[in-house]
Amino acid sequence: MTSRYSAFSLFKEGLAGQKGWVPAWRSPEPKGSYDAIIIGGGGHGLATAYYLARTHGITNVAVLEKGWIGGGNTGRNTTVVRSNYYYPESVALYGLAHKLYEGLSKELNYNVMLSQRGMVTLCHSMNELEIAARTVNAMQINGTDAELYTPEDVRRVAPIYNFEPDARFPVFGGVWQGRAGTARHDAVAWGYARGASRLGVDIIQNCEVTDFIVEGGRCRGVQTTRGTMRAERIGMAVAGHSSVLSAKAGFRLPINSYALQACVSEPVKPILDTVVLSPGPGVYVSQSDKGEMVIGGALDRIPSYGQRGNLPTLEGVIAGLLEMFPAFGQLKLMRQWAGIVDVVPDSSPIIGESPLPGLFLNCGWGTGGFKAIPAGGTLLAHLLATGRHHDISRPFDLDRFVTGRLLDEAAGSGIAH
Amino acid sequence: MQLFNCPFCGPRDETEFHFGGEAGNLRPDGDVPAERWADYLYMRHNPKGPVREVWVHGNCGEFFVMERDSVSHTVSGSTTLGGEHA
Amino acid sequence: MVASRLSSGGSAIDRSHPISFSFDGRTVQGFEGDTIASALLAADVAVVGRSFKYHRPRGIWGAGVEEPNALVDVSGSVRATPNTRATTEPAREGLAARSVNATPDAAADRNAFIDRFSRFIPAAFYYKTFMWPDWHLFEPRIRAMAGLGAVDASWTSPGAADQVNRHCDVLVVGAGPAGLAAARHAAQAGKKVMLVDDQINPGGSLQHRVGEIDGRPAAEWVAATVAELKAGGHLVLTSTTAFGIYDHHLVGLNQRHHDGRPDTLWRVRPRHIVLATGAIERPLPFANNDLPGIMSADAALSYLRRHAVLVGRRIIVATNNDSAYEVAWALAAAGAEVTLVDIRKDGQPAAPAGVKLLSGRSVVAARGKMRVEGVLLDDGTTLGADCVAISGGWTPSVHLFCQGRGRLAWHEARAAFLPGDPVEGIAVAGALAGAVSLSDVFDSAAKAAGADQAAPHSSGFEATGGIQPAWPMPGQKGRVWIDYQNDVTAKDVELAARENFISVEHLKRYTTLGMATDQGKTSNLAGLALMAGITGRSVPEVGTTTYRPPFTPVPLASFAGLTGGELMSPVRRLPLENIHRSMGATFQEYGGWLRPAHYGAKGVAAEQAIQDEALRARRSVALFDGSTLGKIEVIGPQAAEFVDFIYYNTMSTLKPGRCRYGFMLSENGVVFDDGILVRLDEHRFIVSCSSSHVASVHARLEEWRQDRFGRDAVYIHNATSDWATLTVSGPRAKTLVTALDLGVDLDDAALPHMAIAEGRFEGEVVRVARVSFTGDRSYEISIRADRSEALWTRMQQAGKALDAVTIGLEALMILRAEKGYIVIGKDTDGTTMPHDLGVDGPRQKRRNEFVGRRSLFTEVATQGRRQQLVGLAMADGEQPLPTGAHGIVREGGKVRSQGFVTSSYFSPALGRAIALALIEDGSTRHGETIELQHLGMLRRATIAAPCAFDPSGDRLNA
Repeated sequence: MTSRYSAFSLFKEGLAGQKGWVPAWRSPEPKGSYDAIIIGGGGHGLATAYYLARTHGITNVAVLEKGWIGGGNTGRNTTVVRSNYYYPESVALYGLAHKLYEGLSKELNYNVMLSQRGMVTLCHSMNELEIAARTVNAMQINGTDAELYTPEDVRRVAPIYNFEPDARFPVFGGVWQGRAGTARHDAVAWGYARGASRLGVDIIQNCEVTDFIVEGGRCRGVQTTRGTMRAERIGMAVAGHSSVLSAKAGFRLPINSYALQACVSEPVKPILDTVVLSPGPGVYVSQSDKGEMVIGGALDRIPSYGQRGNLPTLEGVIAGLLEMFPAFGQLKLMRQWAGIVDVVPDSSPIIGESPLPGLFLNCGWGTGGFKAIPAGGTLLAHLLATGRHHDISRPFDLDRFVTGRLLDEAAGSGIAH
Repeated sequence: MQLFNCPFCGPRDETEFHFGGEAGNLRPDGDVPAERWADYLYMRHNPKGPVREVWVHGNCGEFFVMERDSVSHTVSGSTTLGGEHA
Repeated sequence: MVASRLSSGGSAIDRSHPISFSFDGRTVQGFEGDTIASALLAADVAVVGRSFKYHRPRGIWGAGVEEPNALVDVSGSVRATPNTRATTEPAREGLAARSVNATPDAAADRNAFIDRFSRFIPAAFYYKTFMWPDWHLFEPRIRAMAGLGAVDASWTSPGAADQVNRHCDVLVVGAGPAGLAAARHAAQAGKKVMLVDDQINPGGSLQHRVGEIDGRPAAEWVAATVAELKAGGHLVLTSTTAFGIYDHHLVGLNQRHHDGRPDTLWRVRPRHIVLATGAIERPLPFANNDLPGIMSADAALSYLRRHAVLVGRRIIVATNNDSAYEVAWALAAAGAEVTLVDIRKDGQPAAPAGVKLLSGRSVVAARGKMRVEGVLLDDGTTLGADCVAISGGWTPSVHLFCQGRGRLAWHEARAAFLPGDPVEGIAVAGALAGAVSLSDVFDSAAKAAGADQAAPHSSGFEATGGIQPAWPMPGQKGRVWIDYQNDVTAKDVELAARENFISVEHLKRYTTLGMATDQGKTSNLAGLALMAGITGRSVPEVGTTTYRPPFTPVPLASFAGLTGGELMSPVRRLPLENIHRSMGATFQEYGGWLRPAHYGAKGVAAEQAIQDEALRARRSVALFDGSTLGKIEVIGPQAAEFVDFIYYNTMSTLKPGRCRYGFMLSENGVVFDDGILVRLDEHRFIVSCSSSHVASVHARLEEWRQDRFGRDAVYIHNATSDWATLTVSGPRAKTLVTALDLGVDLDDAALPHMAIAEGRFEGEVVRVARVSFTGDRSYEISIRADRSEALWTRMQQAGKALDAVTIGLEALMILRAEKGYIVIGKDTDGTTMPHDLGVDGPRQKRRNEFVGRRSLFTEVATQGRRQQLVGLAMADGEQPLPTGAHGIVREGGKVRSQGFVTSSYFSPALGRAIALALIEDGSTRHGETIELQHLGMLRRATIAAPCAFDPSGDRLNA
């Protein structure tokens, strides 16, 4: 039986006809009660379960996933990992995730393929350069790596960008985060699932929550398509469907669900070695390790749960991409898809106890949830284990919408919402 | 390219329209409690399925209410805003 | 020679036009009408590429878009494109094709040794290793091995792709027998029809399958039907792929041209869609079924009949269904020695003439090194062969049906997913709908087109739908290939199941089955059927992955079309742009407008020119084109109530003929825009707003108007582009304006600061507003935009005697900064509220409702530590502070930001550097010195009032 992953185990199993590999996660029958239940088997939900078990020693936990794990936004994003945000609270949050990503493969014994190839957010005018300086300074003051790039710096990291004099989006400079990059999205979900399952967490797929059990004004469990399950602490991490669940729990959220499209070109030999975002057309691109250009842009501006977008947005994104990288005009689009994102007015997540005591939220990540998975998991686990906020999650509580203490990171997410 | 119905101009490309929020989110005037104001300003139903929304047709500038489905994207109807404003 | 070109035949080739091209450096002869693949086959090129992971030799599998192996990079006499499918790309004179993923070439790839270590690199192996010491050590190698073709960094675009929009009554996708028949029915019913097919010629399978239709050869019927449609004015497009069905049945087509032009994108909005997209043949599962020389049986027939290529001399045709029988017969008739191996024991057709039939037998393994040399059957016999043509069944191309929100139904007897419940507006016909015989096909076409009777009629031999499923089996011996392009075998599927990746989506992502450029067209079903077998589920229980556009890869250029360069987010231009250019203006983009940054004598550096403009502006008189300023008129009996609601400041008390500066807030209390409100008369106002905010301010005004006021109460009119606004500012401004002779009483009593009057210039109405953004006496003169040139010219003439200077935006920015006048979005951000800008009166005093009012009393709005607008003063001689520098506070060993510099310039009027900033509690900290950090460097400055120049404002009336 080979449960540990390594070059040696590959060698051993290669000789043994791959017969000794064990399931990456167990698929047990759900129990009637747990110490904690997490709704949502994406990256955030699985990471929460992992940290509950690993950091807090709480292993009698179930992760309930209505489909197959990692099948929501975790399996649909453009895989960028970064922490180039403006407010100190955001830098603390995404910085925590970034740091955890850096040690994640070794922690999980699963290669998440974190590729810290850097990311440059371009500036196309003096005004944008001034805003970039403001951001870089904020990042440096708040303790994360950032550099203000000159056009020559940009040319060095992205030589095939459009530096022609008649370029629509000329480069005046950029914000560079060297530690930023990409990671393999499926691996993050599967790695956390495997880690959590080995520590005793039950991962229950094909299990949809149909209602909450509320007794004495507290949430005490869930009704699901696979039976009733009770727990004193319930967390939800169901990007795209947060409002659907919150409606069942009797409260609203400051969320609108939108389709976020992404697409890939056919795979080609390495040609782009960093992540490039241009606020001009609102497009960003990186090259996957398989060779595909992974392309993202703005939302389809029509509220939707359809997990699909339409041509106008796709055309706009691709036109923008070709303006940035004319050489990509020789490539073909191989596949397009979309996820459902929770869009929140200040582009910052919502973490904390919900208006229903006993039910805890981790949602509102908008287009930027993937990069934050280890932090979302850590912080929701802390809430479920202690009933209280971690210092880093406190500013993101739902009550900020009442106090007005929003953390408007519209500039920070690069693509305006 | 989705097709939406402007009650004044007829069926037009989705790119001519802009989402204006959930229908029925009435503004509370006056010194309301902070929670009530936050509800109006931020909290949303965001339904999965049939929705009733306010949209504006950019070309003619008219706001109207559209009924559609947020999953199937079927458009079931468009009506002008309130009788007294029509 | 194994494969060869026959001396006659070939419906697609023109032997009178021979061509030659190169593949991996060697010359290949062919004819016009050949695809690269058919010519390579005719030249007996067996190995055309190397597989993605194991670098195994691969040959041509099919004849169409489903091709997983024969990808080439083309260049030479044609437009260079990576990853071109040799099976659909026409061969052309002078074309240079190179195999992908092989060095130096497909025949002698130096990475072929990797296959010997395949057992150590199964599916998903990269998740299980490369963690120590660090992934970054291994990544460059992995990246270099991945990818197929190469991007040419020096490539230039041949021009923009055309994009065409079209409406029609019926769009028929697929011009095989079903599509042609359906299109014909629709045309005869009077509908406007559009028929598209992704192959170069219409006819679909009728191009190579025998058929007799209404007594004539099928090819004749095809040609006649196409001619009939075209004659009827219906559009018939070939080489055109319907790649996606989007919401509300918008269909995307990609049309390839054969004259070097970029592909054309079509967006079609049909009333009805008929899908006649056919079916794709899949392989049979046996060990080493990926050897070159093993190919689709249907493709072998296609190459024979269309291109006169006989793919082998000793051919084994292995099958589980009837369709391969015609293939066997035709190959034998062309002179090959053919053995037909059918896994079915009974129910199959009789052996075709000249073909040896082995019933109830199956191939379990292929033998050979660089190409197939023989097979091993399940009964232990071996057969020699130089080509194995296989048919594992047909998979209906349901992609578009599913994109159109159709659901699939599994038909066990057919071993196929067929379209399930009908989707309104989409009909299915032909092999897609499960029809096998031509009669069935024509019946389904009639039904799809809503016709009463089927037409035409098949009058020849008919195939039947009998099939015995031949899925890969759990525990099957040897390396059984499922996904050729991504190198996925049955053992990989078993490994996925073993590790609990049992859902169809996990299977796909874990093994990468179906994720290559062919998107699993020949492999998806076999993979999920095997998974079903392993896990004891039925095929429909496992289900399919989501069908997504595009059906086949579409050039990015098709989606971009003409949108690029100047046409992308087109910049807005001033009416007087040419005049500014002739005056030597340097233009820059500001808030979506192209505006003069500065004017300059040659040889004068920009910075110097700007300083000169700002200095002279305050000495004499400055002329400035402010036409981008928003002018939105608010008219009606409730206009005053309306502006009171829209603005933070009370505006209804404004007298006619007067102007007032105010803020417009968002509902969250943040200052959205600032500007002057002008009252023309009791029921008429003009809202002026920042140039970059005009559209959004207009939208907000309309929104509030429609939400709270009746149509008879308020009317909003965006007059921004109707008017040009030319500004005259400075100590000599009044003199200059007097010289313009506008018929306006310019006496300060008649026209004080913040007043407006109407006059005339050469008969044209002008509005003269005493409004200042510079802090000096200033007149903003608005005139109809197309009459502004004359006024500007007169201003320039009048200014000559007064030493007037024309200033650009950069100088204007300095002038307004000297006065502490803000620019929204630069000196404010997404949190700035009016009281942060020092304007607290309305918040404290107003009793009636206005936009954003309640938000001004939230916890965050009322507590301390808010960032407030201040000036920053430095010692003489110091350089201006960098914009974006942060004020810092040192607290207990840590540093945090207390705000940032928003605007910073050298002030020529003051002779020193000035700055504006948003600083925590700044308004109560005037006089305090703070530290600022910029890119690690430290500066010091003193907090001061925002207005650094003429604080008493005397110069407004000077």
